[in-house]
Amino acid sequence: MADRRDMKVAVLSGKGGTGKTIVSVNLAAVAGTSVYIDCDVEEPNGHLFFKPVISSVEEVAVKIPVIDAAKCNGCRRCVDFCKFNALALIKNRPRVFAKMCHSCGGCMLLCPQKAISEQERTIGVIQRGTAGNVTVCTGELNIGEATGIPIIKRLLQLGAADVRCPVFIDCPPGSACTVMESIKDADYCLLVVEPTLFGIHNFRMVYELVRLFNKRCGVILNKCPAGGNPAEDFCVEHGITILSRIPFDHELGALSSEAKTAVWESERYRRQFALIYETLIQEVCHEAVAYS
Amino acid sequence: MKIAIPLEQKDLNASLCPSFGRAPYFLFYDSDTEEGEFVENSAATTPGGAGIRAAQIITDYDADIVLTPRCGENAAEVLNKADVAIYKSMSGTARENVTAFLAGELALLRDFHSGFHHGR
Repeated sequence: MADRRDMKVAVLSGKGGTGKTIVSVNLAAVAGTSVYIDCDVEEPNGHLFFKPVISSVEEVAVKIPVIDAAKCNGCRRCVDFCKFNALALIKNRPRVFAKMCHSCGGCMLLCPQKAISEQERTIGVIQRGTAGNVTVCTGELNIGEATGIPIIKRLLQLGAADVRCPVFIDCPPGSACTVMESIKDADYCLLVVEPTLFGIHNFRMVYELVRLFNKRCGVILNKCPAGGNPAEDFCVEHGITILSRIPFDHELGALSSEAKTAVWESERYRRQFALIYETLIQEVCHEAVAYS
Repeated sequence: MKIAIPLEQKDLNASLCPSFGRAPYFLFYDSDTEEGEFVENSAATTPGGAGIRAAQIITDYDADIVLTPRCGENAAEVLNKADVAIYKSMSGTARENVTAFLAGELALLRDFHSGFHHGR
């Protein structure tokens, strides 16, 4: 069972713009000492709210094959082996398409001529910093790169290496491999859902995903309208735990548009997110509720 | 001269596939013998790098020319380095495009798009 002192909560949504970052940033900010990890490496934005003082920056590199033309005899084994189509045989010599390479190393192992070695290639950076009691880890994938997975892997290592405290993982949108990587080691998946058909459609997809991964999960209904909420109907229909409802709120939207962390700006939001945080702890850690 | 064309169906009267890398079939038409061969594009269903693999198929079949509505950067790199010329197709069937190309009515394709990889 997860422990409130070091629980790992992944925040995801399927659709972008439903409020993953608002929820994860404010939960981390209200949790006291905590770690916030921005795994949305294609467009990280949590740091805009935290404005962390950066303490370290590291590059993330992957290994790609380099072919020694003098040793290669054009046998084509490497090209036929590569499932990612990162190699092509042109005029009897293999050519590497570095951005397609998934760094599996298979071509190097397979080459009968031992003509392939590996070379490092930088695909992005990780910044680590602090904002109040929150350790902020941000990954940023270089534009044009095929996959942010290596950055996410490293980010999660960095986050886990920290002092014992709750970790909030702000996941990328969608339900593809970067999301899977982000939730892999999470104790709990917090799904943020907005009341739109598109939002519910993509919520369904991540809901299927977290079930496939056997993750426990619960929902925060964001931007709740005054009337009926189709997202809530879906949760009720499928027996999905609803942890909280955040009303459609101009003030929260306005604070976000100015990149302000709501719980640091207003007592009302501090209380609101503190309550969500307490509910989350009970749900994640199954902490005993006092008997009455 | 061997001409390669991405096709939706195994039919000379079929229209061209808007995607080069993920076209279901390629037509290889030999203008000397006036014979055509339809080949299934095994790259069509690969998760990524379909353009590279498709271009590899084109070069493996020793085509000299590709007629296509569009082509990605990676595929273009393979084709260019393998000395395969890429021409922009016109609307219409494979047959009409071969005729137009042989009549010198098609121009070289100049714009190569970047990938649509890892869409969300």
